[in-house]
Amino acid sequence: MKLSSPMEIWKYLPGTNCGICDEKTCLAFASLLKERKKVVEACTPLFTEEKYAEKSKQLVALLAPEIREIEFGVGATARRMGGEDVMHRHELTFFNRTLLAYDVWDTLDEVTLRERVQHLSSWRKFYVGEFLTIDAIAVRAVSGDPQRFAGCVKQVAAATDLPLVLCSFEPKVLEAGLREVAATNPLLYAATSTNWRAVLELARTYDVPVTLFSPDLDTLMSLARTFSTAGHAKLVLDPGTAPLGAGLAETFTKLVQLRRAGIAEGTKEVAYPLLVVPMTAWLLQDDTGAGLDASYWEAVLATIGIIKYADIMIMHSIEPHALIVERTLAANIYTDPRRPVSVEPGLRAIGTPTAESPLFLTTNFALTYYTVESDLSSNKIDSYLLVVDTEGIGVEASVAGGQLTADRIKETMDSIKVETTVTNRTLVIPGLAARLSGELEDVTGWTVLVGPRDSGRLPGWLEEHWPPARSA
Amino acid sequence: MEKKLTLAELLRMLEDFEVIELEDVTIHGDIGLEFGGTTGMSLPPALTHALQTLLSGGAVPRAFEAQRAQELIPASFKVARAEWTGKVEEVTIGATAADGGTRERTVTLGGEHALPFYRFDAPMPHPPVISLDCFDMPISLAKAVRVYYEDVMEDPGAWAKKNVQEFGAELVTIHLISTDPMLKDTPAREAAKTVEEVLQAVKVPLIIGGSGNPEKDPAVLEAAAEAAAGERCLIASANLNMDYERVAQAAMKYGHVILSWTQLDINAQKTLNRYLFKLGVPREAIVIDPTTAALGYGLDYAFTNIERMRIAALKGDTDLAFPISCGITNAWGAREAWMKDSPLKEDSTWGPAALRGPLYELVTGSTLALAGGDLFMMMHPTAAAAVKRVTQQLFGSAAEAGKGHGVALEDWLTWDGGGARQ
Repeated sequence: MKLSSPMEIWKYLPGTNCGICDEKTCLAFASLLKERKKVVEACTPLFTEEKYAEKSKQLVALLAPEIREIEFGVGATARRMGGEDVMHRHELTFFNRTLLAYDVWDTLDEVTLRERVQHLSSWRKFYVGEFLTIDAIAVRAVSGDPQRFAGCVKQVAAATDLPLVLCSFEPKVLEAGLREVAATNPLLYAATSTNWRAVLELARTYDVPVTLFSPDLDTLMSLARTFSTAGHAKLVLDPGTAPLGAGLAETFTKLVQLRRAGIAEGTKEVAYPLLVVPMTAWLLQDDTGAGLDASYWEAVLATIGIIKYADIMIMHSIEPHALIVERTLAANIYTDPRRPVSVEPGLRAIGTPTAESPLFLTTNFALTYYTVESDLSSNKIDSYLLVVDTEGIGVEASVAGGQLTADRIKETMDSIKVETTVTNRTLVIPGLAARLSGELEDVTGWTVLVGPRDSGRLPGWLEEHWPPARSA
Repeated sequence: MEKKLTLAELLRMLEDFEVIELEDVTIHGDIGLEFGGTTGMSLPPALTHALQTLLSGGAVPRAFEAQRAQELIPASFKVARAEWTGKVEEVTIGATAADGGTRERTVTLGGEHALPFYRFDAPMPHPPVISLDCFDMPISLAKAVRVYYEDVMEDPGAWAKKNVQEFGAELVTIHLISTDPMLKDTPAREAAKTVEEVLQAVKVPLIIGGSGNPEKDPAVLEAAAEAAAGERCLIASANLNMDYERVAQAAMKYGHVILSWTQLDINAQKTLNRYLFKLGVPREAIVIDPTTAALGYGLDYAFTNIERMRIAALKGDTDLAFPISCGITNAWGAREAWMKDSPLKEDSTWGPAALRGPLYELVTGSTLALAGGDLFMMMHPTAAAAVKRVTQQLFGSAAEAGKGHGVALEDWLTWDGGGARQ
């Protein structure tokens, strides 16, 4: 955005402190706009009262992110790319996570195609309180035959709600596919220095976002300038992804330079989302080095992409190890660093526990908490979970660092009067906190059982250790 | 025959073309247009073409027709170089006979005056390096790693040798974990013998680690430093929860480099480094370890912590201007790296653990290389080789530069899936 402080933003607001935006003052609202934690539309007077018409128009333009935000797909699965304002995540946060599009192609047989689409559409992995899924499917025109491509696109669209990327350098092929799914706002790939007239026409006619491809940055910028001048600015830029050698270093350079020009230097004509193609790793054959799986090198290229400004990537390996790693990294790098890392301490009921159900202990570090909570609820273990305030630090580190102590656990138990809820006076602590067990028994007078080192092993552990043997 | 164009017609056309401003255009009374000036024409070629058609008597083009661009509008992409005032310290680990040691080669880290691999800003003096771990007693390892080391777990010397000879380690880290009172409580003097053994077994520079027990480590590392006198090892580590002074004094006395370790806390790192300066540790004998967290388990904190430290260093913060070491082996702490499958019924299958584990280590390592890591302590040979490989590509290693030239950038689009696994 072009405004560097809440005060500068405040100058464009009504200044009446009316509270309609749910903030006490316009200045408070302005500082949230600066942090991009609220949208300017929350200030309704600015948009409904005639006297603010000019200010609202100016403010909207000034608040716009440096990198243009482009949407593709429709409805609940629509995805946004770009919209970034900083070069490094600690300067604010990155906003729209790198989108992962996995490929299918039009020479696949029907059964394989269906299975692949089904796998991609249903894939999910639980992570910190939510399920990770993939973002899009890229349909590649390998046959070069417009009809065949159209048939493939149609079949994919019928089998998934995920947004599509339609890939061909042949305008006729692209159009045949586009006609099948124009209403679902797919992303076109790609206009080049040779086919651009026809692809521009297509993108304009169907009003869909389009990728511009050129390894030459002058040409890439020239394409972007030509398209936006012609009134089509829903653009994504692909400077080409070389999988190895000097070419890979050049790809890295181009990604950084394009983003630097767009954000740090305000070069609007390249301030668009960037597209990277890690699947070029699959064309290397054995060139990646002794026996290295192509899916591994693809993950390496994806790592570079996720960290160095790719807004969308086209990938090939759909094996679980690749999906888990790539999707987790994208989630990590695009996590808002301003987000608290802790959850509320206290007692949580999992399922429908009784006074005789087990009581487990964990820390208030969000990652730990959600992992344990999901392990218990997924395995339908009716129980209580005691969440101790460890200042947002995980079990192993907080035992070492003194944030998880017997005394602090006792304080937490006392503060929530745990004995009124759990009558078996037995506490199960994480295996990684084993060294606290003696002291904890001393200070609480409860029976302390040492659980497994990983909460994923609780089901098996319970079979062996629960209910606890009663001493006479 | 020339056609007269009214100003209104011209303005409407300009609007059609979304031209807001005309630069270097002079308009005479009777509408004669002169384009010129030193900054070049800023009108779209299509508009120029339309204007010419119009002025020479053609029909006024309709907006849509007119906007059909005929030629690409030329552009020249420019971006500035980032210039930094600060520079990362250069630190050499290992000493050859010329410097009073017995290593066959040394490793130099740091010296950067740009972000990692931003060679368009400034040259990168040294590539990141990989050290492979070995331990002074058998330890529990994920199966995917264990298979490589099963035969050498009882023999640290053989383990170190295997790391170098079979897996190409540029350095070896010997972790003296058996000294932990909770494990074998091996006396410091005995641990020092293990260090001597490893120094005999390999000729690469050595990293010496304790058990992580803050009470015991100072004595262990002191004895190890003495046993390795003159070899310029990296002593791992000094931290704020222990008698770091004793460790630092030993490192100085016997000519080693010290690893300054803090836990994901930029201010603690500055504090500890300043304590080390005060003790007289030379700047060229400090490497920092800001802590590595695994992919999915805090990697974002580790990434940003390292990136911030490196940017601070480049901006001139001399407290943080040191090469960065990353304990990538921590990636195996992620349960996705070793568990057989997801404990959650709602998850799609995790697939074979043998493929997941090394990839967790590889991606954790590659990520921190891009944040600013200089030295990577690793375990899985494939992951280590791949981190080395990708950092070599980005570093611009001459041996790698010519690779991958057979692949045209467009080839993936029409690739037939080449017998790929489904």
